[in-house]
This record gives sequence, C-alpha cells and structure tokens, in this order.
Amino acid sequence: MLNQFMSYLGSNVTPGGANNQLWALIYVLIIFAGVSVAVMAMNWFERKALAHFQIRLGPMRVGPHGLLQPIADALKLMLKEDIIPQEADQFVFWIAPVIGLLAAFTVYTVIPFGPSQAVSDMNIGILFMLGVSSLGVLGIVVAGWASNSHYPLIGALRSSAQMVSYEIAMGLAVVSAILMTSFNASGTGTLSMIGIVRSQQQQGIWFIFKFFPLGLVAFVNFVVAMIAETNRAPFDMAEAESELTAGYHTEYSGLRWSLFMLSEYAAMIAVSSIAVTLWLGGWLRPFPNLLHAPGWDFVFSLFPGLTFLGLAAIAFIGVARMPAHFSFKIQRIGLAAFAAMLGFIALLLLLIAIAGRSSSSDASIAARFREGIDYVYWFVLKVALFMYLFIWLRATWPRYRFDQLMRIGWKVLLPITLGVLVLTAIVGVIVS
Amino acid sequence: MIPLFIWALDSPLQHPAGIAAFLISVVAPVNGEMAPVATPFFFYLLSGLAVAGGFFVVTRHNPVHCALALIVTLIAVAHLYLMLYAPFVAGVQIIVYAGGIMVLFLFVIMLVNIERASKDRRFNRIWPVGLAAACALMGLFVSAFVKGRGLFPDRMIKLPEASNTQEIATALYGEAGRMGQYTFAFEIASLLLLVAILGAVIMTKKRI
Amino acid sequence: MVPITTFHYLVVAAALFVLGVIGVLTRRNVVIVLMSIELILNAVSLNLVAFSRMWGNLHGQVFAIFIVVDAAAEAAVGLGILIAFFRNKETINIDEIDLLKW
Repeated sequence: MLNQFMSYLGSNVTPGGANNQLWALIYVLIIFAGVSVAVMAMNWFERKALAHFQIRLGPMRVGPHGLLQPIADALKLMLKEDIIPQEADQFVFWIAPVIGLLAAFTVYTVIPFGPSQAVSDMNIGILFMLGVSSLGVLGIVVAGWASNSHYPLIGALRSSAQMVSYEIAMGLAVVSAILMTSFNASGTGTLSMIGIVRSQQQQGIWFIFKFFPLGLVAFVNFVVAMIAETNRAPFDMAEAESELTAGYHTEYSGLRWSLFMLSEYAAMIAVSSIAVTLWLGGWLRPFPNLLHAPGWDFVFSLFPGLTFLGLAAIAFIGVARMPAHFSFKIQRIGLAAFAAMLGFIALLLLLIAIAGRSSSSDASIAARFREGIDYVYWFVLKVALFMYLFIWLRATWPRYRFDQLMRIGWKVLLPITLGVLVLTAIVGVIVS
Repeated sequence: MIPLFIWALDSPLQHPAGIAAFLISVVAPVNGEMAPVATPFFFYLLSGLAVAGGFFVVTRHNPVHCALALIVTLIAVAHLYLMLYAPFVAGVQIIVYAGGIMVLFLFVIMLVNIERASKDRRFNRIWPVGLAAACALMGLFVSAFVKGRGLFPDRMIKLPEASNTQEIATALYGEAGRMGQYTFAFEIASLLLLVAILGAVIMTKKRI
Repeated sequence: MVPITTFHYLVVAAALFVLGVIGVLTRRNVVIVLMSIELILNAVSLNLVAFSRMWGNLHGQVFAIFIVVDAAAEAAVGLGILIAFFRNKETINIDEIDLLKW
C-alpha cells in the first residue's frame, strides 16, 4: 500500500489515468473538504458583499467582521428541530436533498484544477458534466412534490421548467466551445476537460477571445444560462421569499435545508468551473505562450503569495481601524490572529515560489509543488471572480417574472446560441 | 511481458462507473498488480441495481416511487454502457433519458395526480392473463438462451474508447457511402422529433 | 470468477424486458404502463450495445442512440395523449379507458 502511495507522486497523469484508487480517494476527500469550506466562505462573502452594495455593514458581531457567522449558522441549522409534514411521503422527502447533493458533487470528479490535478480525466468529460447537472432537476421536482403543499409544488414545477429550458441553451453554448477545440492541426476536437484547456494552450488563445466576438457571445450565453440553471438572481423567481415563501424548500428545516443550500452553492461553483475551463483557459496563467521566459514564469508564480499578502494587509488595516475600546479587545485579537494566519500562508507561498523557480532543476519536488500550486491558484482565482459576479448580479438587478424568464430562455437565448454555433463553424472552416 | 499484461487489462477507473461507485463505496482492495478484479463486481452490482429498479417500477403503489426506481434503472444501464465501452451512448442516456424524459414523467404524474390513484388497486382486471403471457415470454427467452448459447462467438472485443465519439460522429454525419451510413437516418430522426413536438403541443392545447 | 461475456448482458436485458412486459400487461395506472414501455426500450438498447461490443463495430451503439431519440418522442406524444384524455375523463385507470369514441 505504501508503494502505491509513493508510486503516484512522480507521475503526471490523473489518478484515474494511473488507475490508482488510493490517490483518487485522497483527491475526492480534498475536493469534498475544499468545496465545503468554499461554500461556507461563499456564504459569508455573499452576506458581506450584498450588505456593502446596499450601504450597510452585514454581519459584524459573531466574529471580527462576521467571520464566524457561517459557523454559527451551521450550528444553528444542525440544532434545529427536524420537521416533516405528516402527509408527506417520508422516503421521498428524505431522498430529495440527497439527489440534489449527489448531482452537485459528482460533477467535481472531472473538473481539472491542473493538467493532472483532476480525479479522473474522462474522454466524455463535458458530456458527463452536462448529464449529471441535469440530474439535479430531479431533486427539485421530487422535493416540491414530497412536501405535499401548494407553494412548494408550484415553486418546484416553475424551478424545474426553468432549469430544463436553460439546459438547452447551456448545452449549445458548450457545443460551440467544443467546436473551437477542433481547429487544430489534426482536425479533431475533444470532449475531455483537460483536453479542452490543452487545446486553448496549444492554439495560444483563450476561447473567450477566439473569433472575436463569437467566443464572447457564446461565453455570455453560457453565463446567462448558468445563472438561470442554478436558480440565482435575477432568475430566482422559483425560490424568492417575497413571492413564493421560499419555493421548493419551504417545508424543509434545519439540516435538510442546509443540504439544499449546500447543493445550490456547490452547483454554482461547479458550473462556473465549467465556464472557466471552456472559455477562460482553466488553469493557464495569463499569457502562457506569449510571455514564456523563466523570468515571466517567476513573476507570475509570485501571484499566490502576493494575493494572500494583500488579504493579510487588508485584515491588519481592519484591526487598526477597530475602535480602541475594551469591549472590542477579543475581536481585535481574533482579527489579528486571522491576519497573522493569512500572512503566514503568504510567506509559505512566497517561499515555495522562490524555492521552486524554474531556473533550478525542473524535476525537483519544489518546482513540481510550485507548479501545482500555481495551477490551482489561477483556476480558483477565476472561479472566485465568477462567484463575485453571481453576488454582484444578485445585488444589482431585479428579478424576472416567470413568463419573461421562459421567454428569454426559449425565444432569445436559444436562437442566439444556435446562430453563434453556425457562425463559429462557418468562420472556422473559412479560416483554416 | 508486464506492459502487455497491463495493456490488455481493463482499467476500471477510466470508467466513470468506477468513479461514481467509488464515491459511494469503500476503497477496493489494492493489490500489487492492476488486475481487473473490479469488473465482475461492478457488473453484478449494476445489473442487480437495474433489475431491482425494474422490479420496483412494476410493483409500487405510488407513481413517484416508480419514477424514482426507473431513474435508478436508467442510471445503472448507463453505467453498463460504460462497461461496454460505449461512453457516448452512456452520456446521451443520462442527459436525455434520466435528465429529460424522467422529468417529463414526473411533471405529468404531478399534473394527473388524483388522490385515490395511489390508494387504488395496483393491478388491472386481467392481470392473470398478463402474467401468464409474461411467463410464456420468459420461457421463450430461457429456451432460446439455453439452446443458442454456443451459437455466437463468446469473445469480447475491446473497442477503442478514446475515439468512440469521433467514430459515432463519422457514422452519423459523414458522407453517404462507406463512412457515413446513418446520415439519412439522422435527418429522418430530426424530422421525427419535429413531428413529435408538434403533436404534443397540439394535443395538450386547450383550444387549437 | 467466470469472466463477463456478452451472454451475461443478454440475460440482464432479457430480465429487464420481461419486467417491462409484466408492467405493461398488468398495471392499472397508465403512467406506469408508459414507464414500463421505457423499461422495454432500455432492455433492447442494452442488448444492441452488448452485441455491438461483441462484433467490434459501432452499428449497435448508433442504433441505441436512435432508440433513445425515439423513446423521447414517444414519451412526449404518449404523455400528451394521456393529458388530453385526463382532461376529458378525469381518470388514469386503464380499466376505465376502454372506449374509442364517447
């Protein structure tokens, strides 16, 4: 078992490709932990960002600047009473959040955080992701029906009709991105996620900029479809508190409701990872081909450390700005400790960047480590930008009425996506 | 010798079936070599799931339970397609069948849901005749399998998996003749879908 | 362990087929009859893909794709007929759906 453990460390294929179950399990556990932490961070970030958009402060009490608020929320949800309506179908009521959660988390097996940092690189990666995210609709429909109540049923039917309509536009936008992978020397494209990023690297352009403005229009189509697919504002009619008393998860309380929330945020992260991989170049740093010298490599590899240094600096400024009153002492200490932890991570990353610079021997462990961290960093940075986009749209735009929503999905998005697909094919054939 | 051995084996983790089953099950026993110990295990697990799902479709009172059991069967059959080196058909099955048709079924179940339907009797008036016919059919299958077992070659050719999508695309979209044998059928299938859309819309509209 | 051959897949497909036939012939709820028809179609697709692997070409897989397309169209039209009927007669009981014209 130990040599199975060690034998993978030198390879540069995914654990699925190396047929190594132990490392696949380790990757799955890391992804699970990472997504859970990301969902909690996203919860905090959403409340703070929405608050600042609305010129108020958001949670400030629970930890310094509300940093412990998600933990308090999670504890509260776990300790709440588990209410099941009496006439509800017990088994179906129980299994509905499980279906949604499974569908949201299974997508993560093919998301590439780096050229070999994925659990398994299937050759039908994109098809798998589209299929599994369409299984999430089933969880919602079943949840609404099992609650045996009017508002959840209407909310579930509306929500699933919306998701099914926008899946089509999403799939067609994905097809036009896949089409762009085939404009290479051999003339065949690929459906595997790692292959798509490699073809962006090989063609020297992120697909969002390819055949300008076709890539951009396809990207915008996908972003709109993905926001509708995850039932986020401005397409959140089905779960809007003011219209439908929380829609399909009205009757769910406590831990079951938190499973729905977890699956919604996990689906958001998963679907933005698809967008990042298909259009924004996945794990590639900016200008990977143009600025290829080792000096530029070193400059770009300092970015992770500098980002955390910036975050630590912001946290220290927050400490300095806190009122010097004795009742704020614990919060100051807490925030200072958090800032110190961020600074420590920054120092570690800078050390790794310096130790693993590519002027030293390329096969050294530090260089490999630095490369892995760089790939994951650029990927996570792009996904974080998408998360900010989700929150920004929620704060800024009013929600669509349901018939307007369906009209956009079928009458606006679908023809535009079809047109982009046909134009991409025509331009690709003409150019090559 | 050893590379040849490794090349000739299945690699269960390249199959998404392996990953999916892995996510919900324990680590398979790791031995020194990459023997295909997992393939019969996954086959029996998946076919057991498919048949159990089919059994529950036929025998549950509540139509929603039947729909959920059918979803389990569809996903198990998709994994069986993966074991048969047909990844594209598996993907199409999950996207269209489990993600589209079953949602349609669930919508209709909710639309026509009468309270007394789930408390009604399960089987219709002539169920003995139906059961006898099905048993006759099963007897026919059993006799066909017993007699015809040695008829076809028992080999299992390992189809190339990486180029499966490209080859299906060539068959479906290629020029007519040697390569694209199903182009015409593809166009007819799209016409069929158009007719089905029109028919469904006309039949469910209240006023035409 | 005996290696898994085409025959094993055929047995699974036959079992699904028989279960589907039992569902079509004995259930009372029309929606469940339609679901059993989907079960039958799946059994046939599994059979085809198993044979496609046996012979080493792709005809079975392409046929399976067409079967999936066909099943989608048929499910849509069948459920449309059911909804139209339900609007008129308020029942989904096969024993009561027995008139060609009323």
